[in-house]
Amino acid sequence: MNETSKILITGISGKLGQLLAARLHRDSEIIGIDRRPFRRRPKDVDHNQIDIRRKKAEDIFRTQSIAAVFHMGIIHDPRKNSEEHHTMNLIGTQKILDYVERYRIPKLVFLSSANIYGARATNSQFLNEESPLMAATSFHQIRDLVSVDMLVNSFFWKHPEVETVILRPVHIIGDVSNAPSNYLRLPVVPTILGFDPMVQVIHEEDVVEALTLALRPGIRGVFNIVGPSPVPLSQIIAILGKPNLRLPLPVFRPTLERLWKLKLTSFPPPEIDFIRFTCMVDGGRANRVLEYKPLKSLRETLEIIQQDDIYHITR
Amino acid sequence: MGRSGKLRRAIDELSRGQANLSARVRENWLALFGDQSSDDLAKLDRLPTQLNEYGFDPFGFQPEFAKLVVPLFALIYRHYFRVKVYGIENLPAGRCLLIANHSGQIPLDGMMIGCSILLDADPPRFIRSMIERWIPSLPFVSVFFARLGQVVGTPENCERLLRRGEAILVFPEGSRGISKEFRRRYQLESFGLGFMRLALATETPIVPIAVVGAEEQAPSMLNFEALAKLLNMPSFPVTPTFPLLGPLGLLPLPVRYHIHFGEPLQFEGDPNDEEDEIGRKVEVVRSTIQRMLHDGLSQRQGLFR
Repeated sequence: MNETSKILITGISGKLGQLLAARLHRDSEIIGIDRRPFRRRPKDVDHNQIDIRRKKAEDIFRTQSIAAVFHMGIIHDPRKNSEEHHTMNLIGTQKILDYVERYRIPKLVFLSSANIYGARATNSQFLNEESPLMAATSFHQIRDLVSVDMLVNSFFWKHPEVETVILRPVHIIGDVSNAPSNYLRLPVVPTILGFDPMVQVIHEEDVVEALTLALRPGIRGVFNIVGPSPVPLSQIIAILGKPNLRLPLPVFRPTLERLWKLKLTSFPPPEIDFIRFTCMVDGGRANRVLEYKPLKSLRETLEIIQQDDIYHITR
Repeated sequence: MGRSGKLRRAIDELSRGQANLSARVRENWLALFGDQSSDDLAKLDRLPTQLNEYGFDPFGFQPEFAKLVVPLFALIYRHYFRVKVYGIENLPAGRCLLIANHSGQIPLDGMMIGCSILLDADPPRFIRSMIERWIPSLPFVSVFFARLGQVVGTPENCERLLRRGEAILVFPEGSRGISKEFRRRYQLESFGLGFMRLALATETPIVPIAVVGAEEQAPSMLNFEALAKLLNMPSFPVTPTFPLLGPLGLLPLPVRYHIHFGEPLQFEGDPNDEEDEIGRKVEVVRSTIQRMLHDGLSQRQGLFR
């Protein structure tokens, strides 16, 4: 990247957006767009606290010469009003795609998720990038992520002049409020009796590493992004040194549904499938083409979620 | 701080107690099987499978877990079915597809083939077989199979395991083979073609296997198909002991198993060829196994000898 190159990041106020900005701001000029304020913003980051659907967002594209766009502004909060989110995510993404096309931005990197393949009993152990996106069949709240991924995917095919990159990382573990991190942060981690699927997790900084690698000229396409070698869910809980409460499914599901209705949990009941069946991906393509390799071990990945815990790593 | 300290101590004690208990259960369990079993367990440490630092392969196979189960399987292998193995030196070192006849109403033939390549082959190998796609939705069973290295039967899984150099067992007759009636014993059903496409795609040698003996472990006089459909079972065999003696009647007769390993067959060609062409190659494997079955039957001195 030369000194005049500018990089635009949507959803910059999220944890990953902040990490990415911190990683890139010394070499490139960073422009952020987010409805939320950007706390602890580096001084040289130009943050715009606006909705990406607003006209002002287009002005940024028109007036600045932007070398790359990171689109990470997808809201996935199954608790909030989903209709509002659906429009926001789809319309917002469509706008970004329009601007990228109209203002001839050479590079677009979209942060998706490996969860959109869906956790299913019949899954192959490792799904590749061509596997169908089945998550929405049993878990409707995830349909936003599936539709947005498909929107960007079709843009990739329609606009070969833009280097479009879609990254689908596995469960991101970090100092963030996402479902897997929140789940593992519980003082006693509930699992389903008789089920112990292999799971893949990834450290937030490894995700940032993959995002950065996607910036290299010539890189385009869809990439699954994996962390350290998979282990059973129970092993992860054991490494964290936490008690594992195993409940039979006929108790687990109704309890969770009740808690969800009472707004006592942020874990949507259909997401039970992710602790029951495997949803793992093959990261081979990212390894070969992107030359991405996870830098954090499983232990290092899990360490960050227990900093403010009363428990410590036991093994 | 005091309260969380107490809570933490309590939980620590609880988990230490659990660990002690499981270690003791494990010791006593293994002590049941005597001296032979420590030799068998040592074989599980010599497997070529690559494990991560936590002792799992990417498919969830955990040899440490297998150590708890193998002694029991070995007991059945040596003392119940008294398995005799022929031609085990034909087992190649790297990846291979083991293709066998399927029989006996209760699928114990897979377990016995697995025991033979672990306990009687040198170097020892661990069988990876392709299990039914509904098994991962069963509690306990799903974990049990996964930790024992058995994998959901998708072509992608099979190909991935072959590329990792594993030995994969396939019964191309499927459930048609296992539930056939006694009068059609040792007559192979038609073979599925999937294994041949995978063998061609990955240039994997095919080891034909004939299992002689399993057909007589539970001779089925009649397959009550209407009842099977009603009970949602793959078949409902009527044997001299089942359903007459109830669940006890499911216990197979202590016949002797003879497992014959043939010389590896190597095929070449386009894995995406049309059905007829693939079918011709599959027929070579099928007729080889059929011949091995005939030979094995004529060598056999008696059902239990």
